[in-house]
Amino acid sequence: MRKTLAFAAALMAATVLGGVANAKTFVYCSEGSPEGFDPGMYTAGTTFDAAAHTVYNRLLEFKPGTTEAEAGLAESWTISDNGLEYTFKLRPGVKFQTTEYFTPTRELNADDVIFSLERQLKTDNPWHQYVPGTSWEYFAGMGMPELIQSIEKVDDMTVKIVLKKTEAPFLANLAMPFASIMSKEYADKLDAAGTKEKLNQQPLGTGPFTFVGYQQDAVIRYKANPDYWGGKQKIDDLVFAITPDASVRYQKLKAGECHLMPFPNSADVEAMKADPNLKVEEQEGLNVAYLAYNTTQAPFDNVKVRKALNQAINKEAIVDAVFQGAATPAKNPIPPTMWSYNDKVEDDAYNLDEAKKLLEEAGVKDLSMKVWAMPVSRPYMLNARRAAEIMQSDFAKIGVTVEIVSYEWAEYLDRSKAKDRDGAVILGWTGDNGDPDNFLHTLLGCEAVGGNNRAQWCNEEFNTLVMKAKETTDVAERTKLYEEAQVVFKREAPWATIDHSLSVVPMRKGVEGFVQSPLGDFAFDGVDIVE
Amino acid sequence: MFRFLLRRLAVLIPTFIGVSIIAFSFIRLLPGDPVALLSGERVMSPERHAQIMHDLGMDRPIVIQYLDYLWGVMTGDFGRSVVTKEPVLRQFLDLFPATLELSVCAIIFAIVLGIPAGIFAAVKRGSYVDQTLMGTALVGYSMPIFWWGLLLIILFSGMLQWTPVSGRISLMYFFPSVTGFMLIDSLISGQEGAFKSAISHLILPTIVLGTIPLAVIARQTRSAMLEVLGEDYVRTARAKGLSTFRVVGIHALRNAMIPVITTIGLQVGVMLAGAILTETIFSWPGIGKWMVDSVSRRDYPVIQGGLLLIAAIIMVVNLVVDLLYGLINPRIRH
Repeated sequence: MRKTLAFAAALMAATVLGGVANAKTFVYCSEGSPEGFDPGMYTAGTTFDAAAHTVYNRLLEFKPGTTEAEAGLAESWTISDNGLEYTFKLRPGVKFQTTEYFTPTRELNADDVIFSLERQLKTDNPWHQYVPGTSWEYFAGMGMPELIQSIEKVDDMTVKIVLKKTEAPFLANLAMPFASIMSKEYADKLDAAGTKEKLNQQPLGTGPFTFVGYQQDAVIRYKANPDYWGGKQKIDDLVFAITPDASVRYQKLKAGECHLMPFPNSADVEAMKADPNLKVEEQEGLNVAYLAYNTTQAPFDNVKVRKALNQAINKEAIVDAVFQGAATPAKNPIPPTMWSYNDKVEDDAYNLDEAKKLLEEAGVKDLSMKVWAMPVSRPYMLNARRAAEIMQSDFAKIGVTVEIVSYEWAEYLDRSKAKDRDGAVILGWTGDNGDPDNFLHTLLGCEAVGGNNRAQWCNEEFNTLVMKAKETTDVAERTKLYEEAQVVFKREAPWATIDHSLSVVPMRKGVEGFVQSPLGDFAFDGVDIVE
Repeated sequence: MFRFLLRRLAVLIPTFIGVSIIAFSFIRLLPGDPVALLSGERVMSPERHAQIMHDLGMDRPIVIQYLDYLWGVMTGDFGRSVVTKEPVLRQFLDLFPATLELSVCAIIFAIVLGIPAGIFAAVKRGSYVDQTLMGTALVGYSMPIFWWGLLLIILFSGMLQWTPVSGRISLMYFFPSVTGFMLIDSLISGQEGAFKSAISHLILPTIVLGTIPLAVIARQTRSAMLEVLGEDYVRTARAKGLSTFRVVGIHALRNAMIPVITTIGLQVGVMLAGAILTETIFSWPGIGKWMVDSVSRRDYPVIQGGLLLIAAIIMVVNLVVDLLYGLINPRIRH
C-alpha cells in the first residue's frame, strides 16, 4: 500500500511538474467560487478575479499596482468643458476571443460598449433581466443610474456618455469590473438561440485569457488569448483551483500544487517567509477600519470627548494582537496607497494623561458607552471583538466604562445606520475604484448620514471640500481639496481611525511578474513562471 | 410487501411537508435578509431594497410565499439562488454526485473495517485486542473532523507527500463530466493515470469522513455480537460441533446485523453532516460546502431546496433500510 501510494504521489508530482514545465500552466489556489461570469451582476472580489480580470477588459483599466485609471479599450477620451460629456475613442483592431462556443466575425466597436453598459442602465433593455433576479448591484451602488443621462454612438469607433451632473470619479468607475465590455455579436447569437443565460456561464471578451471551462466549486480553466491586444501571455494556461480553507491553500502551495494563493492565515505568514521555496509580497490594502462615534448624541457631539477617546486607543496593540503586525495604524480615513493621502496630518498620539485632561475639560465624568464589534472577519478587521476588548481596557484607564455589543452581520449593518444609534461602531471599508471620493464622500459626506456615514457626521467645511472635489476633473486641484478635507477630518475626529491592513500574497519562488493591486484584485496578466 | 411499501410512501408525504415548513420558516427566523447582505458594507437605499425584495417576491405574505414555493417544488422548480441566480435543482444535481461518491466510499470504508473490528472485539471480549480496538473507536468517534482532516493533510500530503492535498483529481486531467462521478468519468475519459489520480484524491477525504461511522459501526457490531453470542442457539450451534467461523460468521452475525444495519442507515445523515466539514477542508465540490455558503449568505432558495433534497434522500435511505431488514431476518418480512 505504502509503495503504491508513494508511486502514485511520485507519478502525480511528475505529471504536475512536468506539465507545468512543458505547457506553462499557472495554478492559482483561489479562495472561493465565482458567483457567475458576468461581472456586472455581482459584487464579490472572488467573482471579479475569475471573470473580470481574466476574460474581459474595460474602457479604462487601472494601471497595474496603482489606483490610476489609464487607457484600456478606449484609446483616448475627451471631457466637455462643462464636465458632462465624455467622448471615448475606441482602440482599433481589438479582437474578441475565439472559443469552442463562439467564433467572432468582427472586431470591437461602439455597439459592444453600448450593449455592455445599457443593459445595466435601462430597465427596458432586453438584457436587463436576462437572468431572473439580476440587480446590477455595483452599477447601482456606484450611483450610475442617477448619473448617466445617455450612452450614444457617435460613429463605429466613438462612444459618447452624457452625465446628468458633474462627477469626477466617473472615469475611475469605468475601470471597475462591472463596466467590463462584452461582445454584442456573441450576445445576439445567444439571444437567437434562446440561451441568453449562457452569457453568465460561458463568458467571452477581449481580455488576456480565454475561458475554457468551469467545474462548479472545483476548477476554472483558461488559456492565454493568442489574439490579445496587449500581447500574448508568457504562460499558456491559467487554472483557478478553488480551495476555501486557508490552511489547505498553504499546504497546496508548499506541495507545489499551486503557484500563488490569496488570504493566508496571519499565523502562517512567518513560516511562509522562512520557506526557501516561497516568497511573500506585502502591500497596504485599499482599506480602513474605524471606530465611528455617533456625533449627534451627547457626549459624543463634543469634539473634545471624541479626541479624548481617540488618544486613549493603543492602535499599535490592536495591530499586533489582531493582525500579528500585518497592518499599519491609520491616521487618515484613506489609505496611504491612494492618491491625495495627506501624510502631513498628525495622528492623535496615544496619551492617557492628555485624554483624561480633555475629558475633564469637556466636563464628562463616569462615562459609560457601548462599543459595537462586528461579528465577522473582514480584510480590514480580522477580529473586531479582540479590538473592542483592547479599547475596553484602554478606555477603562481614563475612567470610561465600555460595554461591547454585537449583532448578526446583516443586522449589524442595518442597526448601525440608525441616526439615534447608541454607541460607537467598529466598521471599515474597502475601496471600489481607487478614488478618494469613494472614501471621503461615500463614508463621511452629509448625504450619507443615516447610511454609510456611521458617524452621522455632517460638517459643512468638510462637505464643501469633498463636493467641490467631486465636481472638478483636474486631479491636482482635487488632490489639494482632499488633503485639506483630511485635515478637517482629523481636527473634528468623527472616527478613531484604527488600521489599514496589509494584503499578504504568498507565492512560489519562481513566480515572476505578478503585480499586487491596491484594489485587492488578483489579476494574472503578465505573470510568468521560471522554475 | 407492496402494501407496506405504499404505506411507507404515504407517510413520506406529511414528513416531506413538515420538513418543507421547517426549512422554510426557520431560515426566515434568522435575523438579516439576503438582499441587504448582497450589498455588504455598501448601504442600499431603502427604495432599492424594497424594489429588489419585490422582484424576488419576498415582500408577499409568508404563507403565500410558502404555498408558491411548495407548488414550485411539486412541479420540480426549486427556485433560483439569490446570489448566483442559478436554478437550485441544477446546482444540486451538479454537485451531488461528488458528495455521493465520497459518502459511498466512506461508508464502504467504515463497513469493511468496522464490522470485522466489531466482531473481532466481541469474540476476544475483554482482551487487549478488544480494549485497543474499542479505545481506538472511542478516539475516532470523538475526533473533530476539521482537526482530523488537517492533521492527515499535514502528515500525508505535506510532510510525506504521499497523497495530494485537496481536490478530486489532478489539474492535469481535464475531461467532460459525464456521470459526475470522478472514478467513473476518469475511466471513461481513457486518459492515462486519470483513474489513479482520482483514487489518490479520494483516500484522505474517505478516511476523514468514514472515521466517525467506522467507530460507531465497530462499537455497534461489538455490542450486538456480544448479545447474540450469549443466545441459546449459539450455544446449541457450538454444541453441535460447528467451527467457530461458522458459529460466529453465519449463525451469530446474521442476527447481529439488524441493529448494525439500522446504525449504518442512520450514518447516512451523519455522513451528510460530516460532508460539510470534510468537503470544506478537501476543497471537495459537493453539496456540503454549497449549503454552508448559502446559510451565511441567507440564500433562502438554496437552503430550502438543499434541506428538502437532503431530507428526501435520508427518508429514502431509511425506507431502503427498513426493506433490508426483511431480507436479513425473515421474521420481519412484510
